[in-house]
Amino acid sequence: MNSRTVEILVGVFMALFLLAMAFLVLKASNLTGISGNSGYQLHGYFENIGGLRARAPVTAGGVRVGQVSRIEYDAETFQAKVTLNIDEQYSSFPEDTTASIYTAGLLGEQYIGLEPGAEEDTLSAGDEITLTQSALVLERLIGQVLLNR
Amino acid sequence: MINLFQKFGRGWLEVFERFGRAHMFLFQLIAALPSLFGRWGLLIKQLHSTGVMTLLIILVSGLFVGMVLALQGYNSLVRFSAEEALGQFVALVLFRELAPVLTALLFAGRAGSAMTSEIGLMKATEQLAGLEMMAVDPYKRVFAPRLLAGFLAVPALTAMFGAVAILGGHLVGVELLGVDAGAYWSQMKSEVSFTHDVLNGLFKALVFGFVICWIAIFEGADCVPTSEGVSGATTRTVVYSSLAVLGLDFVLTALMF
Repeated sequence: MNSRTVEILVGVFMALFLLAMAFLVLKASNLTGISGNSGYQLHGYFENIGGLRARAPVTAGGVRVGQVSRIEYDAETFQAKVTLNIDEQYSSFPEDTTASIYTAGLLGEQYIGLEPGAEEDTLSAGDEITLTQSALVLERLIGQVLLNR
Repeated sequence: MINLFQKFGRGWLEVFERFGRAHMFLFQLIAALPSLFGRWGLLIKQLHSTGVMTLLIILVSGLFVGMVLALQGYNSLVRFSAEEALGQFVALVLFRELAPVLTALLFAGRAGSAMTSEIGLMKATEQLAGLEMMAVDPYKRVFAPRLLAGFLAVPALTAMFGAVAILGGHLVGVELLGVDAGAYWSQMKSEVSFTHDVLNGLFKALVFGFVICWIAIFEGADCVPTSEGVSGATTRTVVYSSLAVLGLDFVLTALMF
């Protein structure tokens, strides 16, 4: 085959590869590495986090506003300390915002929902969310139903 | 009785001998790679015969694999009324497993076997010996461009396989079965991580491409230079590289996810 034809075909091949990569990057996946860095940190203490994991979404009014960046056990308060990374553009949560752990659907992943309160002062980077609500642990609920019967 | 032991022992010695020869061959192959720098014409020609010629079969199979995945995924997910997660399901299965593995298997069958028979025939017709007589190193001139071309072509083909398969999934899931198009794409976009899922899949493809080309070139260069020997080597290329791909896939998956 003519070497010019070969070069053109290889060029088309590589262009298709770049097109496929662009499609995968833009339409089919997210670059979590980049979006995870910008934003500010808040933290809260929970009695029980259930199945919450790092990188779980944080929502307010159902809209994703950030993600869980770290989960650790605080040996002094005997509670789980959850650090949230909130996007820069959502910087006006009132001080009495409630953070609750919910489950998406019946079998879905667990996430943190923020419900803004009514205070005028807003939370800033590094602040603690004092009003928290733990995850609903199914086994505990079932245990209570069985014992109360 | 002694004879039996002798046969058994010789069989194993031959296996290890070939294994050792394959590795020495690999080192010589890698040592020849830098000489490609500046001789891009050789590489482009090989990219054409490995990558471009495999493109059609990859695109067609990608389309059908995506369609089948959407169909099967829909039938299972609809029981839990979770058919909105179809996009995520199709994309994760594809990027993590199916795209690299199926591309590698198809590549081994289409390009790997062609590579072996080409090199095997070169050896049988004493073209390789002829090159050496002209002081042209066949490692630099014949083998290294093929290794690098396969190494580049398999990840490229994998990315195209994944992209086409997702479109095939869209075709069946959204157009045919009526999953919401917004849910299909947004679920996929929010749950599939580029670094963790897509790049790991492409890394798998890179490893597969390397191993397939290594096996194919070695089998070609090491074959018995008769028509029977070449056909045996071609068969071995497909069998060994398919097994190597599936075995390596398990190891890589265990390491990555």
